[in-house]
Amino acid sequence: MIPAAFDYVAPTTVDEAVRALAAGGEDAKAMAGGQSLIPVLRMRLAVPTLVVDLSGLTELTGVHDDGDSLRIGAMTTHYEVQRDPLVREHARLLCLATDTVADPQVRHRGTFGGSLAHADPAGDLLAPALALDAVMVCAGPNGTREVPAARFFVDYFTTALAPDELLTHVKVPKLTGWGAHYEKFNRVAQAWSIVAVAAAVRVSEGKIADARVGLTNMGPTPVRARGVEEALVGQPATAEAITSAATRAAEGADPPSDGNADAEYRSHLARVLTERAVTAAVSA
Amino acid sequence: MTATAEPEVGKARRRKEDARLITGATRWTDNLQLTGMLHMAVLRSPVAHARITSIDVTEAVKMPGVLVALTGQDLAAEQGSLPCAWPITEDMLAPPAPSLAVDQVNFAGEAVALVVARSAAEAHDALAAIDVDYEDLPVVLDLDRAVEDDADLVHPDLGTNKSATWVFDSAEAGTGSDVDQAIADAEVVVERTFRQQRLIPAFMEPRSVVVDPSPGSVTMWSSTQVPHILRWMLSAVLGIPEQQIRVIAPDVGGGFGGKLQVTPEEVLTLLVARRLGKPVKWTESRTESMLSAHHGRDQVQRITISARRDGTVTGLKVDLLADMGAYLRLVSPGVPILGAFMFNAIYKFPAYRFTCTNVFTNKVPTDAYRGAGRPEATFAIERIMDELAAELGVDPLELREQNWIRHEEFPFTTVAGLTYDSGNYEAATARAKELFGYDALRAEQVERRANGDPVQLGVGISTYTEMCGLAPSRVLGALRYAAGGWEHAAIRMLPTGKVELITGTSPHGQGHVTAWSQIVADRLGVAFEDVEVLHGDTRVSHRGMDSYGSRSLAVGGVAVVLAADKVLAKARTVAAHLMEVAEDDVEFTAGTFSVRGTSTTMALGDVVVAAHVAHNLPDGVEPGLDAEATFDPENFSYPHGTHLCATEVDTETGAVKIRSYVCVDDVGKVVNPLIVEGQVHGGLAQGIAQALYEEAVHDEYGTLTTATLADYLLPSAVDLPHFTTDRTETPATSNPLGVKGVGEAGTIASTPAVVNSIVDAVRHMGVSEVEMPCTPMRVWKAIHGRGDGVPTTPGAGGGLGSIDARGGAE
Repeated sequence: MIPAAFDYVAPTTVDEAVRALAAGGEDAKAMAGGQSLIPVLRMRLAVPTLVVDLSGLTELTGVHDDGDSLRIGAMTTHYEVQRDPLVREHARLLCLATDTVADPQVRHRGTFGGSLAHADPAGDLLAPALALDAVMVCAGPNGTREVPAARFFVDYFTTALAPDELLTHVKVPKLTGWGAHYEKFNRVAQAWSIVAVAAAVRVSEGKIADARVGLTNMGPTPVRARGVEEALVGQPATAEAITSAATRAAEGADPPSDGNADAEYRSHLARVLTERAVTAAVSA
Repeated sequence: MTATAEPEVGKARRRKEDARLITGATRWTDNLQLTGMLHMAVLRSPVAHARITSIDVTEAVKMPGVLVALTGQDLAAEQGSLPCAWPITEDMLAPPAPSLAVDQVNFAGEAVALVVARSAAEAHDALAAIDVDYEDLPVVLDLDRAVEDDADLVHPDLGTNKSATWVFDSAEAGTGSDVDQAIADAEVVVERTFRQQRLIPAFMEPRSVVVDPSPGSVTMWSSTQVPHILRWMLSAVLGIPEQQIRVIAPDVGGGFGGKLQVTPEEVLTLLVARRLGKPVKWTESRTESMLSAHHGRDQVQRITISARRDGTVTGLKVDLLADMGAYLRLVSPGVPILGAFMFNAIYKFPAYRFTCTNVFTNKVPTDAYRGAGRPEATFAIERIMDELAAELGVDPLELREQNWIRHEEFPFTTVAGLTYDSGNYEAATARAKELFGYDALRAEQVERRANGDPVQLGVGISTYTEMCGLAPSRVLGALRYAAGGWEHAAIRMLPTGKVELITGTSPHGQGHVTAWSQIVADRLGVAFEDVEVLHGDTRVSHRGMDSYGSRSLAVGGVAVVLAADKVLAKARTVAAHLMEVAEDDVEFTAGTFSVRGTSTTMALGDVVVAAHVAHNLPDGVEPGLDAEATFDPENFSYPHGTHLCATEVDTETGAVKIRSYVCVDDVGKVVNPLIVEGQVHGGLAQGIAQALYEEAVHDEYGTLTTATLADYLLPSAVDLPHFTTDRTETPATSNPLGVKGVGEAGTIASTPAVVNSIVDAVRHMGVSEVEMPCTPMRVWKAIHGRGDGVPTTPGAGGGLGSIDARGGAE
């Protein structure tokens, strides 16, 4: 499998990268870790005329403490996110979800920002980003702008990024001391999620004080299970309350049907996995 | 020359070929670079059934680096028809099988044009510039529909989609009674329909061909398991004198039947290399492999079993539809027929009938893969034995025991007419039960059922046998197979005492180099390290039938023994002459000849030198000790074993987790236990993969929607359980090594063990069948009575697989 010919640039600053993307127009493609783009290039399912390789943008790597939130560089690899002590302490849900991404080789090459910008609804980092109310920092020819996760994911493989914009950082509000769990359901270890549930809860004096639940692959974009969150908050952290709240998991979702799962089965899985995810998060 | 301290056979030696294979310090076909070499790329049909109304290559030829772009019309006069070596009946229908489609395409992925360019990238770029117009024809996909009278036809000229119907009837053959009568008279009859899904070989090394067309002789390197058969067939198809063709299978990265083929690409690479007078290479991508290399399985099996109420089986009727795909490839028609002798398995059926109809569809041709015919048979009989046990309300293991051939009954002639020479099903089963903790797991199962545990436990059994060591040539002849089943070996005794062993088998990952060295070392008393095994080059190994059907050791290994014995026989004559004693007084042990009752000895190495220099040989004895032998087995070999699988089924999600897997295999005498263990592990992984993961899926247009490894699921090590393996050892009586073959045991036995365990876990919830692969959705729907309408066509679901896979038809 040999990709069609394309031009290649490897900028070393965000400004250079944005200028290159702007100059390349609609047929330019930014490449972060390349773990999704390269297979598609090799199969000639994507035929960009220009690939802008972001691997030289060292300014976009690493996790920074911004007080109330973490700022994660878009080029931070999954491997680095998994092992980052700040993420582990303040956004544990991200660590847990990242642990389930593909295999070690992919996690060493693939990046946090690349996954989010690729916007595969079966990708494992979108639902956690949505559940954590992450904010996407995007750089374009006219400077930077911030887009909340709820508005960033637009459709299948489609984000709010303009063709000449780059996702540079992700701001993740700290949820220190919250319980978290990512419940992933797939058929083989390296496969995409059929459905997965990202849950973060804060338990105070035996009651669920706060809850965030995001669903993976239950629609063209990640889905926030608001109904579940509402049903949980204020309830005692008991199995009965969680079971009851989980019945609302598929509300408002638009699950796809494919060979792994039809929509009915996906909705069922969302309910079962939500119950399991929240139960694990409460006891975490 | 030193004698080996302990016998080599039986030693768990690490494989001497592994360092080179694992580190990549080797020669895969695609690594070859010849001076002036060009690259071929193949354009493949994106549609499953269509007339080609026009192909325009004028733009492609103008592309940078392109030397030539050719269509089927351009090659029609010289490409011939790809061979089918197994016409199973006299009236079998076989359409012409061009390497490059001429005026019609019959499956998506069929080659329609080719480009040769200076680089592989330029060749691939030029494919996009070829313009093909297709006029769609009705697509034939479903087997049941394809055999109806008013079905659309894949090959209208044939007038039917049925290629052949093959029948074995025990009443007619005189090996048993009439099965219809047995069923009519039966106290209990169970009927089931099982579907063997279509599988796609996923050998680690994709196929690759390099052809060097030197004048007067053509050399082909190919990632093939059958270099000897390939050479013969290339000569037959293309009319090139066989002595002018040299085929080399260098190190080959896997096959399992998937490279038992004479491929369109081998023919095309040869034709264009000859036409251009330059070396040409073709190497496929993974998706190209999945779209065009032959597939496996794809059968509908209707099974009827009859029994007395006490559990004694009385009859077995098998009706198969076997999907050939669009063409008959090398042994396609015979694959389901290999199963005909195995449905009765280890059980004493008094009556049996097997009927198989081979059917054309607009899909990739099927052919030998992963056990070829025997896994299908084993699956069906082991599944239906569980269903019969459920019907009778008895333990499925006890039902098997009641009906199997007891160890004191060997040799036993079965209702299918085979004579099983040896075996001990009791011993293997007893050991497996012990390792498995059968009774404790059954107790836990009862408890979980009683508690309504959301995770239910199932126990799956597979007490299999298989026929290996393909094959006695006279049997193959009787089955209308075009080749023989013998194997050849030659030994060259070098003057320094080292040994070159030439084998006609063609290893592609099995470890023959190590195992054959062990056999020779023992037989001749030379050091393991002093044996070099040569294979896979028809100029070096001039006679061979190659590797498939677990035949290499049971046939090829025996040829090695016979060749070594010929070396020794001659060496004994020479040694007796040199020591001036009668030949009868000479003994041979551990590499040394000695004169009985004296201290006179002579090392084999000294005899080798004496024979080589030929200064003093007995009258009429030719110089040298080299010898060769060809072994044609008188019977198949019959490995057997008991596999037990415990699965946990999450009834809330349908997810299946294998909790423990125990297998006790009897593969006869073992040359290298480490290699046997590896073969069993690999086989188990593949058999489990059929049960749980793998499935080739087509959409209604005949497009393969599982044309990447993101959609066609293969398990990795983390998806598989720990395997507990053990062996019992009942030597085969049909060969001097006592070996039976192990290559296919794991894959044959494990698939029904896994599916039986899943059904067993949820049978109390009303489930009696889950179609393979047993995906979580299928299991969940079976439990919740939503079995109908489970889609088998993947659509958008995220991931790479959500991207239109049609584009892969490049």
